[in-house]
Amino acid sequence: MHPDPAVMLTGAHYLDGDHACAEGAVVAGCRFFAGYPITPSTEIAERVARRFPKVGGVFIQMEDEMAAMAAVLGAVWGGAKAMTCTSGPGFSLMMENLGLGVMMEVPCVLVNVQRGGPSTGLPTMVGQADVMQARWGSHGDYAIIALSPNSPQETFDLTIDAFNLSERYRVPTLLMMDECVGHMTEKVVVPTCDQIDLVPRRMTALSPEEYRPYRPGPDLVPEMVAAGQGYRIHTTGLTHDERGYPAMTAAAQEALVPRLIEKIRRNAPDIIRLEETDVEGAEVVVVSYGITSRVARAAVQQARAEGRAVGELRLITLWPFPEARIAELAKSVRGFVVPEINLGQIALEVERAASGRARTIHVPHAGGWVHDPKKIHAAIVEVNG
Amino acid sequence: MSNAPHGHPGEAMLRSERLPHIWCPECGIGTALSCFTEALVGSKLDLDKVAVVSGIGCTGRVAGYVRLDSFHTTHGRAIPFATGLKLGNPKLKVVVFSGDGDLISIGGNHFIHAARRNVDLTVICVNNFNYAMTGGQVAPTTPLGAVSPTTPYGTFEHPFSLPALAASCGAVYVARWTTLHVRQLIRSMETALAKRGFAFVEVISPCPTLYTRRNKLGSGLDWMRMLRDKTDVRNGADPRTVDISFGGRIAIGTFVDIEKPTLQDRIDESMKAALGEEYLRIDAAETDRSEQRALQEQ
Repeated sequence: MHPDPAVMLTGAHYLDGDHACAEGAVVAGCRFFAGYPITPSTEIAERVARRFPKVGGVFIQMEDEMAAMAAVLGAVWGGAKAMTCTSGPGFSLMMENLGLGVMMEVPCVLVNVQRGGPSTGLPTMVGQADVMQARWGSHGDYAIIALSPNSPQETFDLTIDAFNLSERYRVPTLLMMDECVGHMTEKVVVPTCDQIDLVPRRMTALSPEEYRPYRPGPDLVPEMVAAGQGYRIHTTGLTHDERGYPAMTAAAQEALVPRLIEKIRRNAPDIIRLEETDVEGAEVVVVSYGITSRVARAAVQQARAEGRAVGELRLITLWPFPEARIAELAKSVRGFVVPEINLGQIALEVERAASGRARTIHVPHAGGWVHDPKKIHAAIVEVNG
Repeated sequence: MSNAPHGHPGEAMLRSERLPHIWCPECGIGTALSCFTEALVGSKLDLDKVAVVSGIGCTGRVAGYVRLDSFHTTHGRAIPFATGLKLGNPKLKVVVFSGDGDLISIGGNHFIHAARRNVDLTVICVNNFNYAMTGGQVAPTTPLGAVSPTTPYGTFEHPFSLPALAASCGAVYVARWTTLHVRQLIRSMETALAKRGFAFVEVISPCPTLYTRRNKLGSGLDWMRMLRDKTDVRNGADPRTVDISFGGRIAIGTFVDIEKPTLQDRIDESMKAALGEEYLRIDAAETDRSEQRALQEQ
């Protein structure tokens, strides 16, 4: 299915990442946005507020981020595609209803334009320190999808992708931007509608008598309905059976929660997007994401000019983590260099996946600005010898 | 529920396979639910278009027993969830059915903002004066002086008066009845369901297992006698005058019943003024598209 051409601003634009995200949402068919102002994500909400009433969408500014995320879930059950955006402090508040979205298997998109933390931290300055929160921030065991763009164009593209993945797997999908990408202005091309594929909601064809809201399909994803269609469904944040009814037993928990994780894990090859450059024959691979991938490029180019075999692995999908690919590379490279604007998050995953077969050197940055490429270069030299 | 031919008129609206329910003997929530099913029968609403949203707690379990599209959400967030549901699909009749702790304490901020916005929701709050699901702890509705496991020496906080709160925030309909006054409660729920905008019904309910037992207020039956003897029907009373004190008389009735534009009305009005023909409502777009498809198929 293709987007509605009437809503698309097909052509070349000069947009920042936040505005590109809003345009991606319009194209993806998102028609409900509940938000709460927070730097550096607010521009997404502002553009949506201007655009949505003209495309058959609703924008509402809620009283807080808990309400925003709850309203998103409600709107999805009403039949809409829905999203919200926030940054660190609001992301923390959204964790509660993100968990409900996971448990109710609600397709939706949550954008986090990351700033420096913890707490109020550096509201206007860049960070990448919420990536573990993206994976583990709500309580209990679950799996989630998180994508990380490194340009306004990719923000536009991945916003659409995030909606598609959320619909395909019935899971809230996180777009983990960072302040630099959010506020960086570059050329963004909105293509024609025939160049974009949208994944429609997986609505059931079964009758209300036959339909079971949480009976998984072959790919472990159940089919959906919307309120008002006559199915009279029940859904709950409690552990539930296939009917959606509360089931307070260890057996019901075992039937449900491992499936929520397995539907992501089993389909990881379809979800994982990586960009690999000169990885074949590399002795060192720089693993990075978001704005840091663009900063690392300078260090990699310098190292290559010195004759070093350096590859780049850019994580476009952060979660599920591409552990199989890292494990495979670990057999042939000397080590991984992992720069990120935090004090060690994705580096831990790289180290885990490498499992001692190759070194992992983390290049930390506490936040507020991007790395000095010299530090990344020094780490490359350290691994390469 | 009995399968006898003369069952309860609201029986078809219950998920009978989920019964018996979890509520204690003499609890008032079942009565409130029963009144709600009768109000639905009386409302003549298309039940396929009615959705019930609950939060967490004893009353929060109501969503699990109604044979309607029903959503058991997170603690305190029933109202914002319902707001999204209603704005996302304006054709639905959305009812929030939850308890005092859920709606007024953890969900208090959402409650006042939904009333302020005049979201088109029917909000039914069973007030049993305590956090029953967790063992009867103090709530922002517990009358001053009552004891609870977390106020063993008596409460020292002034409680909210829910009608005053709802009215001051802009609710178009505000009523308080009790689980003794079932006929009035059914009529009140019917009226609330027919209202456009934020319609609020407080249902005073006994919690004999926790609140009334611990406060030596007797059994559920004693509580019903209390409701008979110590309530005053004061329709039209100023909501600022209907506070509930420990052991005091309880004012019941309809306190507010006014008309004003809903949130959706206001959105439509302001967008049409600003954008004219360019404004496309979320459901209008859907209608347009289905009409287009129908035309194409012809």
